[in-house]
Amino acid sequence: MRQMMLQNTADQNDVVALRIGDQDYCIDIDVVREIRGWSPTTVLPHAPAHVTGVINLRGAVVAVVDLAARLGLGKTTATPRHVIVIVAFGAQTVGLLADVVSDILGVDDAAMQPVPDLAADGMRAFITNVIPLEDGRMLRKLDLSKVLPNRSAEGA
Amino acid sequence: MAAPDALRATFFEECEDLLSRLSEGLDQMAKTGTTPDIETLHAVFRAVHSIKGGAAAFGLTALVEFAHVFETVLDLMRAGALPLSAPAVQTMVRASDVLSDLVAAAQDGGSDPPQMAALFLELDLLAEQGPSADETEDTFDFQPLPILIPESDAIDTPAPPAEAAFVITLAPLAELYAHGHEPGALLRALARLGRAELTADIDAIPPLADLVLSRPHLRWRMRLSTAVPREDIDSVFDFVGEDAEVSVTCLPAELPTLAEKQPRPPQLAPALPLRPVPDLGGTVASLPMSTTIRVDLDRVDRLINQIGELVILEAVLAQAVSNAGLRDDSDLATSLAGIRQLAASIQESVLSIRAQPLKPVFQRMQRIAREACDATGKQVRLVMIGDTTEVDKTVIERLADPLTHMIRNSVDHGIEPPAQRAALGKPPTGVITLSAAHRSGRVIIELSDDGGGIDRARVRAIAETRGLVTPEAVMTPADIDNLLFLPGFSSKEEASALSGRGVGLDVVRREIQSLGGRVTLQSSPCQGTTFTIALPLTLAVLDGMLISVGRETMVLPLSAIVETIRPSSAQIHLLGQTGRLVANRGELVPIIDLAECFGFAPIDDMDRSVLIMVESDSGRRAALAATSIHDQRQVVIKSLEQNYGTVHGIAAATILGDGRIALIIDPEEILRTTAVDPPAPFPSAPRLSAHG
Repeated sequence: MRQMMLQNTADQNDVVALRIGDQDYCIDIDVVREIRGWSPTTVLPHAPAHVTGVINLRGAVVAVVDLAARLGLGKTTATPRHVIVIVAFGAQTVGLLADVVSDILGVDDAAMQPVPDLAADGMRAFITNVIPLEDGRMLRKLDLSKVLPNRSAEGA
Repeated sequence: MAAPDALRATFFEECEDLLSRLSEGLDQMAKTGTTPDIETLHAVFRAVHSIKGGAAAFGLTALVEFAHVFETVLDLMRAGALPLSAPAVQTMVRASDVLSDLVAAAQDGGSDPPQMAALFLELDLLAEQGPSADETEDTFDFQPLPILIPESDAIDTPAPPAEAAFVITLAPLAELYAHGHEPGALLRALARLGRAELTADIDAIPPLADLVLSRPHLRWRMRLSTAVPREDIDSVFDFVGEDAEVSVTCLPAELPTLAEKQPRPPQLAPALPLRPVPDLGGTVASLPMSTTIRVDLDRVDRLINQIGELVILEAVLAQAVSNAGLRDDSDLATSLAGIRQLAASIQESVLSIRAQPLKPVFQRMQRIAREACDATGKQVRLVMIGDTTEVDKTVIERLADPLTHMIRNSVDHGIEPPAQRAALGKPPTGVITLSAAHRSGRVIIELSDDGGGIDRARVRAIAETRGLVTPEAVMTPADIDNLLFLPGFSSKEEASALSGRGVGLDVVRREIQSLGGRVTLQSSPCQGTTFTIALPLTLAVLDGMLISVGRETMVLPLSAIVETIRPSSAQIHLLGQTGRLVANRGELVPIIDLAECFGFAPIDDMDRSVLIMVESDSGRRAALAATSIHDQRQVVIKSLEQNYGTVHGIAAATILGDGRIALIIDPEEILRTTAVDPPAPFPSAPRLSAHG
């Protein structure tokens, strides 16, 4: 796995692997701005259950999305051991709450497989690909445009 | 050396300032009438002059020519050679419009404004009333116009002040040349101030063998007899600074001057074939020191965020110190307190950088109103109140278009023609009031006219013919008024050249919405219409009260709060199943439980809560129930929309001393929506839906 990271070629993409519940997910490294420890959030009224609240990121107000809750894996009871992955997606900056950042991997384009039809419909909406790893684990590539709060629906 | 493009951009930025100063000055002159404040006249002249000078540097011929004619008129007035009459001021006001159009045309590459030729003529006619018209007609050059009053007229002017003699020595250092100065130019500038006698001081020139080529050795000594004050002499050396040793000594008046005995030097200024240094002495001395610099907005924002971080880190540090068990009077604790104060004051200063007064935008509206009057033949006076209200710069920039639409709309549709006004017993000149104020963490801009108000029957009829409403629809007067905001509604039957068809209030509303604001209107027949724009202050500071709602700390804008009460159970009355009222000072006020409003666990026991009486813009009162009150403080407003979206009942967010975020409550919205309908379920409806 270490070798994969080092032998990064043109048709490889670096991804940040996250552990949510007991499942492995990943997002493109390009969108990741920083990874920070969990800090208490301020609750947003009328927010959907998967938005845990907002945090202060160097003076900017950033909403935190509980990935587990968003993916239907149950609400996370956050502790200081959890991490918030700050991503910049479009003009939006959002924090993603995950259990742990497990790795940074180079993934071959060829290794990206389409999501099998079998997967539960709710989950399929949030995943673009699945990536089998050599150690037997499977990474699920998150579709951030689906995961993040939709501004056009929630905001004016 | 900056790129020419950058210089050009700077010139246009400066033009904006100068044009605003010009219109401010002309406004002032229109008010004071025929007895102008000479300082105002000077300021107006300088503005036009500076635009001309800059334009010449960039070869903007049309702009230079027009500014020159304008300047000529102003210069005559300045000299008292041309009386300042009301029509003259009117002409100048229109000339300033053309000037700003020319600047815009030069900037965007547009064509010259159509009124230019007419105003050229008007200004020329005006200038001819002055004595020196001939000279100005023929000699078109860049020299400042000397105030050429014929000798015979000199009786009117005060006797020239007695001449004084000065001895001026100039010893240039190497830097003077390195910085591109030319001693000859300085000396010639001095010579033009009076009678000059110049000697070169060659004593300091060493023998050839010792000559250091990089060091200047020549010095000059000038004896100058002049009527100008000492400051004008000093001002010649304004740009020299430390680059030369300069001394100016005033000789006692009674000493016979050497120059008297010698043949007078020829009249230096006009006769010598010198390239004139353009008006260096006069203008530089009279221009006030520039106290502004231009800074990229991004840099300011970065600074604001960094200071925010500093404040938060300081709080963290303070916590660490207090955890370490140090005494409050220990050195560390006192230094920390000093840092805290400093950080807070830096934060305050930095935040004030972004906020700008509304004045420039408001001032532009004067012209819009004037043009609208010219186009419609109506008479309108625009009164501006609160133009010093500070709003975030980006908001100001985006306000110009909607305000323009609204002013035109008020003149075109609101104010009646003079004859009709007279018939109604109103003064022929209509009044449009444009006012701004901070309220509940928002900027409220009101535009009211004393016109005929909205003709609701006609509005309804038009809406029906356009198919916007059905004839059966039951509508309140307010509903009908709001039809004006519908896209495609234009109440003028014929498309007027001014407001245009369909481009109007719907555009205004969309633009205000895109700024996160809302626009409403009230109208009463025969008395006029008031439009109210409420805008957020995205990056401003707000005086707020820190309160607890459930387990959350929130901020309530102080401006909305009337009083706070701790109710006894006897004061609280039930109304229906859930409604609660509190009796306060003989008034029954509905209670709104904030926790319930925000979807937290509702308060069961009202008499253990704190009630905060708030009042909305429209004067409606309610008591907001909170768990407890902490303190009052100034908070920095942070946008919630940027990374998330709007939240019902929340105006913005702020960052508390411990680095956590607290939400700022929008009492206005809570009052408005809780009375009309229950709080909107998530996702919250767009803010303006209530008016649609």
